[in-house]
Amino acid sequence: MTARPWLKIVAVLVGLFLTVPTLVVIPMSFSSAKTFRFPPGGWSLEWYERLFTSPEWTTAIVNSLQVGVITAVLATVLGTAAAIGVTTLGERAKGLAVGFLLSPIIIPNILIALVIFTTFLRIGLTGSLFGIALAHTALALPFVVIAVTARLQGMDPALRKAGGSLGAPPFAVFRKITLPLAMPGVLSGAVLAFISSFDEVVISLFLQSPTAITLPVQMFNSVTVQIDPTISAASSLMVLVVSVPILLAQVVGARRGSRGK
Amino acid sequence: MAADTAAPPKRTLSPSGRRRVGGLLLLLPALVALTLFFVLPLLSIIVDSVTDPEPGLGNYASLFTDGYTLRVLGRTLLVALVVTVAGVLLAYPYAYMMTLAGPSVRAVMVTVVLVPFWTSMLARNFAWMVLMQDGGVVQGVFGLVGLGDVTLLGTTTAVTISMTQVLLPFMVLPMFSVMQQIDRRLTLAGQSLGASRFSSFRKVYFPLSLPGVAAGASLVFVLALGFYVTPALLGSPQSSMIAQVISVRTRDLLDFGGGGAMGVFMLVVTLAVLAASRRLTGPGGAAGAAHAIVGGNER
Amino acid sequence: MTTPTPGAGRIELTSLSKRYGSGPLVVDDVTIDIASGEFVTLLGPSGSGKTTTLNMIAGFTEVSSGRIRLGGRDIAPLPPHKRDFGMVFQNYALFPHMTVTQNIAFPLRERKVPKAEIARRVEQVLELVDLTGMGGRRPDELSGGQQQRVALARAVVFSPSVLLLDEPLSALDRKLRQSLQQEIKRLHEELKLTFVFVTHDQDEAMSLSDRIAVFNNGRVERIGTPADLYRNPGTRFVARFLGESNLFEGSLRPGGVYEWGGHKWAADGTPGEFDLVVRPERLRIAATPAEVPADANQVPATVAGLYFQGTHQRIELDYGEGPAGCAVLPPDAVGADLRPGSGVTAYWDPAHQVLVTRPNEENE
Repeated sequence: MTARPWLKIVAVLVGLFLTVPTLVVIPMSFSSAKTFRFPPGGWSLEWYERLFTSPEWTTAIVNSLQVGVITAVLATVLGTAAAIGVTTLGERAKGLAVGFLLSPIIIPNILIALVIFTTFLRIGLTGSLFGIALAHTALALPFVVIAVTARLQGMDPALRKAGGSLGAPPFAVFRKITLPLAMPGVLSGAVLAFISSFDEVVISLFLQSPTAITLPVQMFNSVTVQIDPTISAASSLMVLVVSVPILLAQVVGARRGSRGK
Repeated sequence: MAADTAAPPKRTLSPSGRRRVGGLLLLLPALVALTLFFVLPLLSIIVDSVTDPEPGLGNYASLFTDGYTLRVLGRTLLVALVVTVAGVLLAYPYAYMMTLAGPSVRAVMVTVVLVPFWTSMLARNFAWMVLMQDGGVVQGVFGLVGLGDVTLLGTTTAVTISMTQVLLPFMVLPMFSVMQQIDRRLTLAGQSLGASRFSSFRKVYFPLSLPGVAAGASLVFVLALGFYVTPALLGSPQSSMIAQVISVRTRDLLDFGGGGAMGVFMLVVTLAVLAASRRLTGPGGAAGAAHAIVGGNER
Repeated sequence: MTTPTPGAGRIELTSLSKRYGSGPLVVDDVTIDIASGEFVTLLGPSGSGKTTTLNMIAGFTEVSSGRIRLGGRDIAPLPPHKRDFGMVFQNYALFPHMTVTQNIAFPLRERKVPKAEIARRVEQVLELVDLTGMGGRRPDELSGGQQQRVALARAVVFSPSVLLLDEPLSALDRKLRQSLQQEIKRLHEELKLTFVFVTHDQDEAMSLSDRIAVFNNGRVERIGTPADLYRNPGTRFVARFLGESNLFEGSLRPGGVYEWGGHKWAADGTPGEFDLVVRPERLRIAATPAEVPADANQVPATVAGLYFQGTHQRIELDYGEGPAGCAVLPPDAVGADLRPGSGVTAYWDPAHQVLVTRPNEENE
């Protein structure tokens, strides 16, 4: 069955709508103007220079990296353990546990921000990078759980039984069979957890303090509080840091998929 | 595993029982973390909403009596609805095309959906700010088609356009995952039985794709309700949506009761919409979308 | 469910060809004249062009060149839904969101048949396929065999003049397949429609069809009745695809002598490079060459395997070179001392051998 021409045209237009607007940030970042005029009148590296030298931006970048790494580590450890733990549950309990673990993905971020903010305010965790990382961990957990679960589902349950029948005690089966097989899922979960934290803005906005400003918060403030074109360089950086790993994963995935056939 | 060393051999658990205990131990930390950082705070907010500043349902009553709050609520629901409808109209042909395309074209199409999803939210909103500013590209396009110099930035229109784009992946992926499972021969069968190509599509394919539409639409609607960044950057205080009001109430006014009531109301709407869509689509819907987003082309 | 008008179900395929883009011909100059009410099977391995041919008849695939006529009328310009063919698909293609009754009523609704008439005809056809009372079920509540019978009912309920069947039994297990073969045969006799049946299963083709068109590399290699094709396959491909054979790749010399591996056998025909084929049930086995009748052709062989199968026994034979063969004999036709590895003499009546052509290139 072939696609009608109009269908192809609509699909191309939707594809352009999805991708092209975002690309604006790249030429913008090389603009020499102090405004957001597009297309830029002249070119310069001024905003990149500012992004990597001015203390408010560099601090924000370092903060974001710290929060992202802490989040990735916590979420990956908790999420991987949980995803493996879930496989031992019965059908009903499994559904409940997975539903609970995935709930942060469906609850609007503003709500999570609201509840975490009020609680952290009471226990004095606002304004600290660690507090932000903890909140991000709850948010990133579903990504790790999904990635690892998907990997485990593709795994033949007989492998575990085979390990047992060959004399490996349960922990050895876990360490030598389950974990290595789940590894690709664990790694992609970790990357996704890092990215979801690195890009998160709403919760970080609520929990921010002058000493705890992440890159997205600094970007947000740079357009709402003052007009600072450095955001265009930061945006380009974000596109690079966030999109490139995903794109690579896609390409590798597609290649692996086609090789499998 | 702990039982293994502590108890004498006779009283060790059976292998399956031991596995179960091990599994629970693995699961526990995540459940505790989620409870500590999500469930308990949520409960405290619910408590706040009926006790702060005074016990009773006053916070909820003012939600539906205060003119400003009502306007914001109405605007939020309207924007979410428009974004959802526009999303369905754009995503359906795209997702359908994905099922028709060959493997390599399809991989490109999946990437085109996933990359914006994972592209920084702020970068995307900033891009829209640039495009929609006065004298910007979008205004120029509007001018070309004879709409004149409409001001976009700071209006609900700008917010709606940008949100439609940002949320489109959530629409495409569940639709695609449902459409992919529809046997293409069914529409051929319809044609062999005397239905025209269009009629066969309408009576056979479309009804079968509806679960995907419902899953995508409910997901987008729910996410649109709670959108904060886009209305904050592209809208204006005059076109606030509920998330901004919640932010102002709690962060600036420390009115946890009032903000909490709004949050709880939003949560209730969210859960109601998701439950309704779950009835329509079965449990796979939203979860399927989540899997598609994380797993990419793994399936 | 009325008897179609005579001649309405005649399908003429004339020089039908299909190529995708600038690729090779998938269907290459296919000409078949199918009489009204005939059961014709398109048989061939996967990729041989049989399904593409069926899809061209159904209208799902555009014709690159050639003509398709139904009842004398060119149907090339008609879209699938106006061709009025019933079609049964490989995996049934029942609409999962409709009940059995709704599935069967679908073609009638599309044709704006009055409601009462629809109800009557659905009942009638449910009875025909022995599914009375199942109308309220959903397809996923039915067994594979029941689903296939619903698919058959749906494809014939609107009284098409032709029924196209695309490997309809391939998804079923062996036992079910046999009972549905009988069902299809019975439907064909009762409805007197033209059946065009696509399969890669030679047994199915042989037991169902009036005629079989054997497809190879996009071409119709041979067309004929099952018995005719079996006895006189004509080409090596057909000989090997339809039934088993003992095949010798020698050549026919002038003077009625067929030469293979140093053996000389009596054979008729124009000299040339032909394969000699003997069907297993025509082959006899002797313990020593002395026991072979004088006018028989013979060849020494080694027994590779012996299988007792109740009504007959099967002896697999190794001829030293060329493809292995076998003999199918009555249970007591050979001595009990035969073992795998025994040397024997295989022989046959020259009247029971056939010569077949070889493929031009090694593109089998």
